[in-house]
Amino acid sequence: MNCKQATQLMSESHDHQLTRWQRFSLRVHLLICNGCRAYNKHLDFISKAMQQMRDRF
Amino acid sequence: MATGSSLDELGNQATELAEEVQALREQMLRFATLQLRDVTQAEDAVHDAINAALSSNKYSGKGSLKSWVYAILRNKIIDIIRERSRHPVETFIEDDGSDLNDQFDEKGHWKKSQQPANWGQPETTLANKQFWLIFEACLNDLPESTAQVFMMREHLGLDIREICNELSLSESNCWVIMHRARMRLRKCLEGHFIQGDFLQAVSQ
Ligand SMILES: [Zn+2]
Repeated sequence: MNCKQATQLMSESHDHQLTRWQRFSLRVHLLICNGCRAYNKHLDFISKAMQQMRDRF
Repeated sequence: MATGSSLDELGNQATELAEEVQALREQMLRFATLQLRDVTQAEDAVHDAINAALSSNKYSGKGSLKSWVYAILRNKIIDIIRERSRHPVETFIEDDGSDLNDQFDEKGHWKKSQQPANWGQPETTLANKQFWLIFEACLNDLPESTAQVFMMREHLGLDIREICNELSLSESNCWVIMHRARMRLRKCLEGHFIQGDFLQAVSQ
């Protein structure tokens, strides 16, 4: 798995359940890739921000 | 006489309800504009929602008036989106995401200069007013078609399947659009907020 594929899966994990194999390969990639680990945190952050924005209305 | 006074009371209750609903108007308009990106359509949605709320007698007085009115507004917004997807505008530009590939090398790994950075403490950032201005600007910067799907998911809070159905998109297509939206948003935030002097200023 490369970073491009990993970013797609990280996003998809917010929208639907990944397959076992997808989860496994993503986890392995995250173990070795700093950039994608940061990216994953950023996606969580964005979800949190959107949630806060919704809650303010 | 007794009938008269209870009628008055009913009248007063209706006025109170109308005032409370009107007080939400500005906020509702902001909510609708964020999703629809068109002030006229947003105004229509809010107008219709308020009318529907006031002419319906479904509000029981229990639970939050606000969440009830917003539920009506959400449905009005979805009606407008549904109508739009039936008559796509000619200037509709497809977001193929090709520019996003620049972030990766030929093997699909992050280029050194593009590698996502450490953003520090999310709580501190979210408490910052300046951050929210940039966040909204980044949302408004998303291409129209991408923003529509992203906002339906994360702003209206719809299920991804519902969105694909409404817009007649395949599910995997929806996932790709969400991915591009998140990637664009992340890049925009990193470029404008996090990389600026801002983070340093906040973390001090
Ligand atoms: Zn990676």
